[in-house]
Amino acid sequence: MARGLAWVAAVLVALFLVAPIVAILPLSFSAGSFLFYPLPGLSLRWYQDFFGSDFWLPALWNSLLIGSASAGLATLLGTPAAFGLWRMRGAARAVAMGIVLAPMVVPVIVVAVALLLTFGPIGLVASYSGLIIAHTTLGVPFVVVTVLAALEGFDPVQLRAASACGAGPVSAFFRVCLPQIAPGVAAGAIFAFATSLDEVVIALFIAGPAQRTLPRQMFAGLNDSISLTTTAAAAMLVGLSVLLLLVVAWLQRRGRTQAGG
Amino acid sequence: MHRRTVLTGALAASALPTIARAQGRDLTVVSWGGAYQDAQREVYFRPFQQQTNTRLLEETWDGGIGVLRSRIASGANTWDVVQVESEELLIGADEGLFERMDWAAIGGRDAYIPEAVNDYGVGAILYSFIIAYDRARTPQGPTNWADFFDSARFPGKRGMRKGPKTTLEMALMADGVQPAQVYQVLGTAAGVDRAFRKLDSIKADIAWFERGSQPPQWLAAGEVAMTVAYNGRISAANQTDNRNFAIVWTNNIFTLDSWVIMKGSPNRAKALEFLKFVGQPAVQATLPPKIPYGVTAKGVNERLPPDVLANLPTAPQNIASALHLSDRFWLDNLDRLTQRFNTWVSR
Amino acid sequence: MNRPALLTAPLLLFLLLTFVAPIGAFLWRGVTDGEVAPVLPRTIAALAGWDGRVAPGEPAFAALVADLREARQRDASAIPRAAARLNADRPGFRGLLPMTARRAEAPFEGTARDAVLAISEEWGEAETWGAIRRAGGPLSAFHVLTALDLRQDAAGSLRAVPEDQAVFRLVLLRSLWISLMVTACCLLLGWPLAWLIATSKGWPATVLLAAVMLPFWISLIVRTAAWMVLLQREGVVNAALGGLGIGPLPLMMNRFAVVLAMVHILLPFMVLPLVAAFRALDPRLPRAAASLGAAPWRVFLRVTLPLCLPGIGAGCLLVFIQALGFYVTPALLGGPNDQMLAWFVGFYATRSVNWGLAAALSVLLLAAVGLCVALYGKLAGFRRPGAA
Repeated sequence: MARGLAWVAAVLVALFLVAPIVAILPLSFSAGSFLFYPLPGLSLRWYQDFFGSDFWLPALWNSLLIGSASAGLATLLGTPAAFGLWRMRGAARAVAMGIVLAPMVVPVIVVAVALLLTFGPIGLVASYSGLIIAHTTLGVPFVVVTVLAALEGFDPVQLRAASACGAGPVSAFFRVCLPQIAPGVAAGAIFAFATSLDEVVIALFIAGPAQRTLPRQMFAGLNDSISLTTTAAAAMLVGLSVLLLLVVAWLQRRGRTQAGG
Repeated sequence: MHRRTVLTGALAASALPTIARAQGRDLTVVSWGGAYQDAQREVYFRPFQQQTNTRLLEETWDGGIGVLRSRIASGANTWDVVQVESEELLIGADEGLFERMDWAAIGGRDAYIPEAVNDYGVGAILYSFIIAYDRARTPQGPTNWADFFDSARFPGKRGMRKGPKTTLEMALMADGVQPAQVYQVLGTAAGVDRAFRKLDSIKADIAWFERGSQPPQWLAAGEVAMTVAYNGRISAANQTDNRNFAIVWTNNIFTLDSWVIMKGSPNRAKALEFLKFVGQPAVQATLPPKIPYGVTAKGVNERLPPDVLANLPTAPQNIASALHLSDRFWLDNLDRLTQRFNTWVSR
Repeated sequence: MNRPALLTAPLLLFLLLTFVAPIGAFLWRGVTDGEVAPVLPRTIAALAGWDGRVAPGEPAFAALVADLREARQRDASAIPRAAARLNADRPGFRGLLPMTARRAEAPFEGTARDAVLAISEEWGEAETWGAIRRAGGPLSAFHVLTALDLRQDAAGSLRAVPEDQAVFRLVLLRSLWISLMVTACCLLLGWPLAWLIATSKGWPATVLLAAVMLPFWISLIVRTAAWMVLLQREGVVNAALGGLGIGPLPLMMNRFAVVLAMVHILLPFMVLPLVAAFRALDPRLPRAAASLGAAPWRVFLRVTLPLCLPGIGAGCLLVFIQALGFYVTPALLGGPNDQMLAWFVGFYATRSVNWGLAAALSVLLLAAVGLCVALYGKLAGFRRPGAA
């Protein structure tokens, strides 16, 4: 009886989580321009608007470029760091861990204003580099955390075995360790990409009009006038997110079977 | 070998943004968004890009001298040409936020109406703050500011601009102050208190807009029963979206916006080229038919059809009862009253 | 240096340059004052022994004139910057200081005091000079006090600002209150969902988990946009209500919309730690308690709840910390009196050149967050950052 009630509650809450997102997606295929149902007909005009406008398509490209660059940089910095942290002990590890994870908890508005004031005088505001650096900072904790989690399933004895066989520490890492934690590294990179793809506040403060990202453009659109083009953009972001979610789920399954086998 | 790949990868990754940056920044023009910027894009921005082969980036802002101050002071300014309000022009010129206007490069002072000429800016449009409502929802709408502040006779939300400028003037006119006396009263502490008291009486019913595009949108969606608005955007909504919005011209607040070039802009020459382009009477004459704002080059009005002229804030019947916004008053009082307004509004 | 530390060095160096140093430098502005001292060094020195009750004597006026004359010679842009800082303390200074500097350039007869007072009566008031002394730096409590709605008068005593000018304590309380409401709603809604995900098997549990994971991945701006579309005056919800003959209701630009959307966005952060806690719970313990004759509510209160408390605490703190820093959602869905601390940080940084106050407000925000993180560390430990 209590469990039945719990099921009713849980299903309602699950609906609350999913329904708002699902509810707006069909609107982007509307032939009219209203923000409610029933739809007057179906059309792709809002997607045509998206791809034809001076703002939306460049914003999508900016998002993909900045997301990939910052995810790449975060992975390059984060993977060796995670490996180092995995082998570190004691107070040094705690301090290093604290610094690495801090971008996850510091409110992003503080980061945004701090970067605006630091990057302004050195010409990094309204530049791709500035935004990529900022997004790398936000994404790097996710890489470190995910790679650390992957390393939990890695037996360090293998490294000693490799060195006994004459491999140097670097080649041992690349030949023995990296292949086994690769799904974790890839998942970390995707997390970092998703973080950049999601980010609005920093883009709002330090991006110039040439670096407008998709979320930044959506923010402007929502502030200015909500058109169905915005819902088309939202639908594309949802599609991208679902894709990333599926890739990560696949990688995690692969990571698990590898660790198990 | 692996180390080398990682190193080159890292180098490539860090070089990529540097390359992107080395290209420098394109001319960035900042305006007020919505239907107005849509019209500007069509008659100013796109033709300018096509005819001069210059890339132009657009940005939208919603005003505030503090935005310009902090852009200059933080060294993080990325704007070149900005459309500013009249008191922002005076304050910014005073504080060294703008480049001096090179009048010779944009057609000479004599090519513009006298109000549009300033050492640091060139007039862009003449416009009015008016009351607007939707005849489709409210057949019997307000007729003056007293009606606007009368939430018993005219219930519902009303849109007002988030800021003290124009809002305090409206409150005083609603409270019975004649337009000619508004700035005299507002110059005293008691007058400011009186304006805020009047605003207090409808505070719960006010929806504050920050962007000029919001009032027509709120009217269309029925979010507000009536709203303060810029005259052009209301007419534009009637024209392009087939709305039936009414404009109340009684005691409208009349003013002008100017183009300025931000201090230290690396694109000063391009900016002047842009201003020269948009200063030509033939080009300016294409704006009012799209959105009924007055323009500033001499000899434009002769080119406009009478039905367009009648919708402009400068038409005799529209300007008759207008209050001319005092940029002098706001030059002296903007900071103080903005501070008070912000505290008042966020409580 | 050992090898593991060497591997982390590039990242730490990167974060030092792009995160720690910028934030440090920014927060530093909240407790220091460096704009006025370079412009008015002699004036500040002359005010050192002043009691702050009435305007100071001739030496301070003479020092002011000398300082302003020299500043205009050396770097004219420094005067507006100093004026902006003084204006944050005493509105009117933005005009007063440059004007005084301009007029004091001309030679005058008689005392500096008479000459300066002739330029503006304001210089006859103690508080005008008090503002200069307060901004003398290098360290300063002014911004932090302002962020707490407190101020020090020229004579040095501390008092609350007048009721009609106080705003930041209200904003701080509002931020805490909204975050608390959101956390409570998340806990209430997340509990049954997490419980069933943790204790059921087969596809229903998978579907529920997917319902949590999907929004978790979808961009915050998209979810905020979804609520804006739904809650519009002519949006999906009002259209549906209209079909039932209700409304239209004002659903947006208010506290309700902000809390609703924030709960929606943060709920997965509550559910996931709860699921972990419920899964770690040994199901035999509550069963044993029940078989020993304890009533169900007693089992819950005495066995289940204490065992899950660390997980509950972790979920609550995770939601609370993130809620405190929200910027985008209240900005888009709230009215002017629904804005939280983050909005004011942004406001003072970009719409009013008052970085000191923006920094002081950030210090408040970070202090609140830091307190929660410390609590989280105590409850959950930092061993499982993956839960975040």
